[in-house]
Amino acid sequence: MRILEGEKVTKYFGGLAAVSNVDFHVDEGEIFGLIGPNGAGKTTLFNLISGAFTPKSGIIKFKDKKISGLSPYKICRMGMARTFQEVKIFPAVPAIENVALGALFGTPKPMSPAKATKEAGELLDFVGFSVPKTIPAGGLTMANQKRVEVARALATQADMVLLDELMAGLTPTETAEAMELVSKIRDRGITVFMIEHVMKAIMGICDRIMVLHHGVKIAEGTPKEIAASKKVIEIYLGE
Amino acid sequence: MDLFLSIVIGGLLIGGIYSLVSMGLSLQYGVAKVLNIAHGEFLMVGAFLTFLLQQHGVDPLLTVVIIGPLLFVVGYILYRTIFTTIRLKAANPGIFESNALLAAFGLYFIVQNIGRLVWGTTPYSYSYLSGTVSLGGALFNDSRLVAAAFAVAVGAAFYLYLARTRTGKAIRAAAQDDTTAGLMGVDINNTLALCFGFGAAMAGVAGSLISICYPIYTTMGLGYTVIAIVVVTLGGLGSIPGSFIGGFILGVIGTAVTSWDAGLAVASYYVIFIVLLLVRPKGIMGK
Amino acid sequence: MVFSKINWKKVAITWGIPLVAVILVGFLPQYGSAYWVTRVSYFLMYIILAVAWTIFSGTTGYISLASAAFFGVGIYAAALLGESMPLIFVVLIGGAASFVLAFIFGAITLRLRGIYFAMFTFGLVLLFKELIYYYEINIEGLRGRFVVLQSNETIFYYLLGIFVVTMIVAYLIRRSKFGLALQSIGQNEEAAAHTGVNVTMVKILTFAISAIFMGAAGVIMATKWTYVDPGVAFNLMISFTPVLMAIFGGMGNIYGPVIGAVLFAYIQEVLTTGELQKYYMLIFGAVLIGAIVFMPNGLIGVIQKLVGLVRKWRKGGSVAQNANT
Repeated sequence: MRILEGEKVTKYFGGLAAVSNVDFHVDEGEIFGLIGPNGAGKTTLFNLISGAFTPKSGIIKFKDKKISGLSPYKICRMGMARTFQEVKIFPAVPAIENVALGALFGTPKPMSPAKATKEAGELLDFVGFSVPKTIPAGGLTMANQKRVEVARALATQADMVLLDELMAGLTPTETAEAMELVSKIRDRGITVFMIEHVMKAIMGICDRIMVLHHGVKIAEGTPKEIAASKKVIEIYLGE
Repeated sequence: MDLFLSIVIGGLLIGGIYSLVSMGLSLQYGVAKVLNIAHGEFLMVGAFLTFLLQQHGVDPLLTVVIIGPLLFVVGYILYRTIFTTIRLKAANPGIFESNALLAAFGLYFIVQNIGRLVWGTTPYSYSYLSGTVSLGGALFNDSRLVAAAFAVAVGAAFYLYLARTRTGKAIRAAAQDDTTAGLMGVDINNTLALCFGFGAAMAGVAGSLISICYPIYTTMGLGYTVIAIVVVTLGGLGSIPGSFIGGFILGVIGTAVTSWDAGLAVASYYVIFIVLLLVRPKGIMGK
Repeated sequence: MVFSKINWKKVAITWGIPLVAVILVGFLPQYGSAYWVTRVSYFLMYIILAVAWTIFSGTTGYISLASAAFFGVGIYAAALLGESMPLIFVVLIGGAASFVLAFIFGAITLRLRGIYFAMFTFGLVLLFKELIYYYEINIEGLRGRFVVLQSNETIFYYLLGIFVVTMIVAYLIRRSKFGLALQSIGQNEEAAAHTGVNVTMVKILTFAISAIFMGAAGVIMATKWTYVDPGVAFNLMISFTPVLMAIFGGMGNIYGPVIGAVLFAYIQEVLTTGELQKYYMLIFGAVLIGAIVFMPNGLIGVIQKLVGLVRKWRKGGSVAQNANT
């Protein structure tokens, strides 16, 4: 089943088309990758999907319901959560409460504070968070902040998570751990849609990949197909 | 028809001054990110300094040469000390903006108090040019034309400065994205402080120009600040040309409302502001 | 703020001490002079405004300068209704009217960036003043109104009551999931929205709730001042002073604004009655700038830092001792 679909999605900034007539779909349970050179429109597409922006034209559907034009909080409660390229955690708030926020507000049905806190603790363990959970999120390492962000997304009982450059800025060890985490997330039955620049990660774990360039989709297929595609090689080597 | 023309022309004349004041605020808020509620106080200081110098025999238009640079320096120093500290300590841009706004209020209180202590609250005025000119059937004081022309000239000069010089380009870069500009080698602390200084200078010059046409008083500042805020919103945040055009538009609207009922002028600016926020917060030329 | 099991010792301190303090203060009219009752009444007014302001602006970071607008609404509620109904109802209506107005204006402007909101709230005070002035002069033919006088004691107890309710509400909000939502909005609004928080509604509701107490306080102060006009009712200093007090005291916990209010109200008293009266605004402005630049976390922040330093110093001392043996 197609959990996420986009048809002719277009977004302009000023006179420039950041995303132009992009069709895409993500199947339930898969790990779907999105790559492309800087400025290709990847994060813009995420912003369109998560509700931060509204498309100029085109439709986005989640679980067969139209979500383009809805507020982010509504989309979140429908079962889609995301992380951000710049890691948007709440710095002065303890790590566990960062995560609990997701369980308290982002779930389809409300949860009690006690249960939310418990959930948050378990999720922090799940993502491999190993320091005291009451440390304010601002005082954590980058890798742990990313863990908090992922845990927060999972706390909303999401059926699909959008991960925006999860591996950026991580050491090779941390990158391997992150790849494992993404697999574990999928094993839980959650669909993953990820933007990545780290080719090894993308090629290693994605079932299918889409390539954007200057806002236009130029290729889509399995990692093997993408690696072999002349078009894709050109745009990366030509940069 | 006479009334209509006199409103439009009169509005354009005062609009020239509004443009100058608003461009100053646009630099301070659009680029340096300080919503300087004390902007009008710099205007007041400029007006009173011109008055002082005029009383000692200096031609008011000449005082601009002193007041512009003087207020530029004051503004630059204020930004380099107070606002840069706030900016560096702020955890995110939103916090910087709020704290900067509050600090600007502090400045407002300080300058207001000093003004009142020195000059009291009574109006002062002097006459500059006593001739009048007939435009479209209505009579306008020569001073008003000179003031408007001067204001436009300063605005145009600054626009050229932005377009042609290196510092001007640095300012435009910072206006778009100060983090990136900083990464590309622009000295951000200096550039933002320059903007704030220019903004203060424009306010001061506007004050000088106002003093040649109208009576001045120590509480005059806030009214112009409110107008500048509305114009900057109307013209579009971060757009200097937008503030320029917006100033004239608001000048005409303000004159029209005043001719109908003087008491409602401020309320009308406020209504415009609310409507803008609701309908098109980006303004006419905003991004 | 963790949702875990109850620490009874902590509860005793958090609730016990304030309870005792309130009861002691409550007996003031019995054993204190009229001068002190009036003085503490003013302190209470400022505390209410500062705490109410912090409920919304202290957490979300949206600076509201509209406190005077809602306070003024309360004043006019008293002026219009004070003769015809019992004071308690006027207080409730004043609070309700402020809630409704704050809700409406919040709905209009809280969708936008914080800086627009701040400017808007500033203008709101001026707008209310101009509109009511226009209305009074041109339609009612009045300049000011008289308000039914209440006894010093009544005023004091009402203020004390409003103060207690404000503190309780502030505490409940802060400790609830609502409070976490508010904090998250202040820290990173976009992330909060994407985590399922209906940020617009949370902001509007909290803004409106904070306005209730400002309106209620306005009703009571009108009965104290007895003569009110738009200038008295919509005075920008009533907007600014609580902001300064909250920043001064620190917005990190509910007692910050209380401390800031008491301290600054005292300083203000000193400044406005002596030689320095002429320089009041200047000093106010300087303190405001100083507080923002040097004490962004307020006195509470300074105290917390000092406590932290003392702890470090203690630990460092014992480590050094151990190292020497």
